[in-house]
Amino acid sequence: MQWDIVIGLEIHVQLATQTKIFSGSSTAFGAEPNTQASAVDLAMPGTLPVPNEQAFRYAVMFGLATNAEIGRRSVFERKNYFYPDLPKGYQTTQLEQPIVGPGHVDIDLADGSTKRVRIHHAHLEEDAGKSLHEDYHGMTGIDLNRAGTPLIEVVTEPDMNSAEEAVAFAKKLHSLVTSLGICDGDMSQGSMRFDVNISLKPKGSDTLGTRTETKNLNSFRFMEQAIAHEVERQMDILEDGGTITQETRLYNGDRDESRSMRSKEEANDYRYFPCPDLLPVEIDDAFIEDARARLPELPDARRARFKEQYGLNDYDAGILSADAKLAVFFEETAEYGKDAKLAANWIQGEFSARLNAEDKSVAESPITGAQLGALVVRIADNTLSSSGAKKVFEALWTGESDSVDAIIDAKGLKQVSDTGALEAMVDEVLADMPDQVAQYQGEEDPKKRKKMLGGFMGPLMKASKGQGNPKLFNEILVRKLGG
Amino acid sequence: MSISRADIEKVAVLARIKVDSEQVSALEKDLGNILDLVDQLSAADTDSVEPMAHPLDAVQKLRPDVVTETNQREAFQAIAPATEDGLYLVPRVIE
Repeated sequence: MQWDIVIGLEIHVQLATQTKIFSGSSTAFGAEPNTQASAVDLAMPGTLPVPNEQAFRYAVMFGLATNAEIGRRSVFERKNYFYPDLPKGYQTTQLEQPIVGPGHVDIDLADGSTKRVRIHHAHLEEDAGKSLHEDYHGMTGIDLNRAGTPLIEVVTEPDMNSAEEAVAFAKKLHSLVTSLGICDGDMSQGSMRFDVNISLKPKGSDTLGTRTETKNLNSFRFMEQAIAHEVERQMDILEDGGTITQETRLYNGDRDESRSMRSKEEANDYRYFPCPDLLPVEIDDAFIEDARARLPELPDARRARFKEQYGLNDYDAGILSADAKLAVFFEETAEYGKDAKLAANWIQGEFSARLNAEDKSVAESPITGAQLGALVVRIADNTLSSSGAKKVFEALWTGESDSVDAIIDAKGLKQVSDTGALEAMVDEVLADMPDQVAQYQGEEDPKKRKKMLGGFMGPLMKASKGQGNPKLFNEILVRKLGG
Repeated sequence: MSISRADIEKVAVLARIKVDSEQVSALEKDLGNILDLVDQLSAADTDSVEPMAHPLDAVQKLRPDVVTETNQREAFQAIAPATEDGLYLVPRVIE
């Protein structure tokens, strides 16, 4: 039987505010446990929450960037459940009247088409603390530094029909919130977490199947794997004539397996009700216009500009514009390097490969865009061969020196482009290789000839101690060997 | 609706409030009255009434995003039953 896959996402986005949503505690990452948990965060009796204006501003900016209606009047509700890392016994969240109403985001798919994914709403809420289940004499350790960190939860319509589409949406959202500067986007620290709702229905059917929710996926790769895994699990059950249980599942990415966490949570189990500690929040035109004025260039506009301003192709422009920090790095490199295409190649090649290998973000790069730009200049003006350029890159990366020209001098990497000197070397090498010269000149097939030219390059590079300009060597060789 | 002694004793333990047996008798009566009142309220038909977000006709004031809290961990943890390495310790929770 053929099945249609139906996917909806819920995405928790940690807002990059200085303080928590209802208290003046710092949200800085990495502090000693419980040193950023105040009386409000700990739910001490007699405390009252006061909402953070910046959290509302960020939520409104998100709404404007996703073509959404802004909730002029939003109300906080209590979602009651028991867990030790939730000291109040309820999460303060929004249900009936969220800050961001229906909106949409367009995603680009691999086949070049564009798809619109509708956003049902996005609401403000607080994060919980962290439970550490390592052994504390059979007890659980609780760190409440994260309790009260502002989140927006973005809830999509079930508009995605494959893992590819879901991941494309997730990446687009990541690109949006980091470009807006409302989230640091650091998924390894939980700044964005995804819940995936999946159901199957017979191909072409209008009736949605029973869905499951896989919770707390914190990387694009795990998300893709978890969807593939869950689709297969449901397909096996349905094809054996079974039924899907509506439940929440946990996916273990390291083992590629999932298990049921709890089944059939009805919304009213949470006993939602308006929070009596908080009045309704009203957002006026001035607040919205102020947020609009703060909107930076968004990824789609940046992509179009990169194509226009730097002559990049759609693919390169897409990659370099998606991540706000990478985009800034590229523009700096292109400004100093003058050659935007070369800058784009180096960033997507050597630079990205190195960041990936060391699991670093752009912000953690040991080299600056200006330094990479200086390297690009020396490649473009033929001072450096490609192998020489890699050596300079390595020296910059490991911090041997921060000056491209100093590295070139110190390592003797300056490419020899003096034609007279190169010609003398070619003459010498050809004189040492009469058999190969005769073989080359006897060959008619231009393709084979081209390949045989490579046989002379090794000895030439050796003769020039790796500093001969390969392009010039090639030209001289072809001329001397007679076409 | 009424509430039993056992219910009161259980709630007292959960709330970590020490209640002696004479107090339980008094609470049984008081809490029973409160629950009876709630039962009367439940009789009202509220199907067509929209839940009120707040009884006051006012809107929420927002706070600037500035750190105002300092580290008070020592004071807070002094009243916690168990702590270690700066963490609050609770009975193990298994999902």
